[in-house]
Amino acid sequence: MSALYIMIIASMLVAAGFLVAFMWSVRSNQFEDQKGSAMRMLYDNELKEHQ
Amino acid sequence: MSVADKKSTLIVERPVKEELLCYHCGAPCISDAIAIDDKLFCCEGCKLVYEILDENGLCDYYKIQNHPGLTQIKALRSDKYAYLDNEEIAQRLYKFTDGSVTIVTLYLPGIHCSSCLWLLEHLHKIREGIIESRVNFSTKEITIRFRKDIVSLRQLVELLATVGYEPYISLEDVDQKKARNFNRQKIYKLGVAGFCFGNIMLLSFPEYLSDHTGIEHQYVNLFRYLNVLLSLPVFFYSATEFFSSAWAGIRQKMLNIDAPIVLALLITYSRSLFEIFSGVGGGYLDSMSGIVFFMLVGRIVQERTYKSISFHRDYKSYFPIAVNVITDSGVVSKSLQDLKEHDRVQLYNDEIIPADSVLETGSARVDYSFVTGESEPVAAKQGAMLYAGGRQVGEQITIRIVKPVAGSYLTSLWNHYAFQKNKAEQNKRESFIHKLSTNFTYGLLVLAAATAAYWAIYDPSKILPSVSAMLIVACPCALLLASTYTNGSLLRIFSINGLFLRDATVIEQLGKIDHIVFDKTGTLTRGSSHLITSGHQLTDHERTLLYNLVKSSRHPNSKALQAFLGERGTLQVSGWKEHAGKGVEATIGGYHIKLGNAAFTGVSHGDGPAAAMYALLPGGTTAFYLIPDFRESIPQVIPRLDDGYRLSLLSGDNDRQKEVLQELFSSGSQLLFEQKPIDKLHYVEQLQQKGDRVMMVGDGLNDAGALQQSNVGVTLADDINNFTPSCDAILDAGKFASFPGMMKLSKAGKHIINFSFLVSVLYNLVGLAISVQGKMNPLIAAILMPASTITIVLISTGASSLVAKRFGLSFKGS
Repeated sequence: MSALYIMIIASMLVAAGFLVAFMWSVRSNQFEDQKGSAMRMLYDNELKEHQ
Repeated sequence: MSVADKKSTLIVERPVKEELLCYHCGAPCISDAIAIDDKLFCCEGCKLVYEILDENGLCDYYKIQNHPGLTQIKALRSDKYAYLDNEEIAQRLYKFTDGSVTIVTLYLPGIHCSSCLWLLEHLHKIREGIIESRVNFSTKEITIRFRKDIVSLRQLVELLATVGYEPYISLEDVDQKKARNFNRQKIYKLGVAGFCFGNIMLLSFPEYLSDHTGIEHQYVNLFRYLNVLLSLPVFFYSATEFFSSAWAGIRQKMLNIDAPIVLALLITYSRSLFEIFSGVGGGYLDSMSGIVFFMLVGRIVQERTYKSISFHRDYKSYFPIAVNVITDSGVVSKSLQDLKEHDRVQLYNDEIIPADSVLETGSARVDYSFVTGESEPVAAKQGAMLYAGGRQVGEQITIRIVKPVAGSYLTSLWNHYAFQKNKAEQNKRESFIHKLSTNFTYGLLVLAAATAAYWAIYDPSKILPSVSAMLIVACPCALLLASTYTNGSLLRIFSINGLFLRDATVIEQLGKIDHIVFDKTGTLTRGSSHLITSGHQLTDHERTLLYNLVKSSRHPNSKALQAFLGERGTLQVSGWKEHAGKGVEATIGGYHIKLGNAAFTGVSHGDGPAAAMYALLPGGTTAFYLIPDFRESIPQVIPRLDDGYRLSLLSGDNDRQKEVLQELFSSGSQLLFEQKPIDKLHYVEQLQQKGDRVMMVGDGLNDAGALQQSNVGVTLADDINNFTPSCDAILDAGKFASFPGMMKLSKAGKHIINFSFLVSVLYNLVGLAISVQGKMNPLIAAILMPASTITIVLISTGASSLVAKRFGLSFKGS
């Protein structure tokens, strides 16, 4: 049953990874301007079409 | 109809429609449209923007959105931004500079679509020296990194203005840096609480199910200790919000809603730790972290802010940051703080008078509508006193400052004591939630003491378990959840309907209002106006004569008259002469015609107010009055508010429109005219002393005092991003029709909170009743906690939407 110990540790690490990812996304201004990013994504595509 | 027919009608119709619209801004091209590259432009300004973009290969701007530009009909004065060459002023706008590479953030009210964003982030293609530009769409700000030695701040700002995005630079920008709206600490706390809550739930499940599955006991302790480990960040980091708020309350000698919550958290946590370490049970760590998580979500929902709106502006954000001062060595730009008495200042059309001063040269026509509420510009002769905040209309003038900026008539209003109080803090203290939770806390403490006393007599060993159980069960977190989620969803509904509140405490104040005071100019009326005539009735021939007289005059009154007369035939005009600030005269069709103010035409207006202009015509004298137009929704809104609220009207204007207004308001309403800003403040204060709870609805700086003094100050704004005086709420003028519905909704808010609180109390009572009989299954208990929380959330948000629908409001975001 020691597999359970390993699985618990693994699942905790994965969850902690997501927590760190969330913190990083907040810290790197990803929640500062939600509308702008949505638009930027669209015009990048259009630019490639015209070039 | 055949397919071919349909096609031909389409072909005929479409070009006609498109031909009329400006390629840049989409405004209809009425006359003198300019055409280049098969594209039409309504004015030189729009064409210029197109040419700049075309030259730099940035015409994708027009492909992302149709007609993305803003009308450029107002030309930029060449030295408007000359003050930015003054390194001292520019320095204060920089965010960072190393002498060459500089970062500056500017507020561009014109940002409105994806084309704007695209263009503004390609500025480096237009001008060398711009390294990078980044738009924050939510706050309408652009952050530009540029090389100061290649392109100056002034050139940068002028470039932005020429492509149609003129930055809004005000005194406030230099005085203080804006506080960050987005509270990151809270988001981190929420993330940590969510992470720990989820894992504690998972690790607790085996224990709840152990009766059925017979989980090996070797794991029980492991799971419990892991839970303890996970609960540490919840208790010592995420929950600190509540500790600090409760402590702040206690230090001010009052028990706020966080006090009983902290008490319950403390007891739940210590009892859980005791149970786990003594091996008695698993504790309640899952419930505790769950509650912390949901309460944090509620707070964030309730405290969401509107990024591009500011509620705390004073006159500083309305004033320019620098003016042109005439000195011995020529004209220099001087920042407003450095302005002294006796300085001579040059003012151009549309510029604001920075301080009380005396007119030296030129003829002034000053629009005080924003400062005093008077709708018509005031003409002033040399030597006349001009007050700060007025806007010069017309030619260039020179003024001499007599009072420093801070001591001017308008700005001294801000020294009034009404501006010293903290309304948000006061609202919190008056809130029924606060009263309810205070009573609740005292009641709970008395009950706990009684329980302890009872068991002290009969069975002292049961004191601790029974008292702690009681305090855990009686946690008022349900009340907190009910109020935060209801407030959050009401704030959302209000914002969808065009009403933006400063914070959640305003909702309850809105519901208590019983007296609404309106400002007239700019609030009930719009910027536009129409002409009415009195005296001699105009004949058709005289209308044509007048049309020929005013058609080449650029004065706003002439323009208004031209619109009033409509398009007419051209006649031979001779001896046409415009007297600045007075009127026009000419000989047309054999008649000598004069049009202008009373002094120019020699007409006496007796006791009544002077008309905007008089015309001396062959048949007699006609007077023209400019009547401001009412907003479209006013005739419906005022009667709807009339039953349910006492209404008053305070106008800084004269009483020419009194009759129309008397029809609109019921006979019980007070209508007062020629009110100065301080009079408005005193009027609101008097009403409050009589016991009324007053809402002030205004728009300009002249209402600032009354807005601040009132229980709820609402600013009506045509564009919510434009300048608005400090207030509690901003109402989008276009959505004024839904205002009565929103007032009703604010009253319903309290009932929704009470109702969802009641439901959660019922939940707790049922749970308590079952557990008292010893029939409570731990699994059911574990399900009941989140279930009651989710029920509260659903009831508070669902009920708000339902009530909003009943009052004719939309509750779904676009």
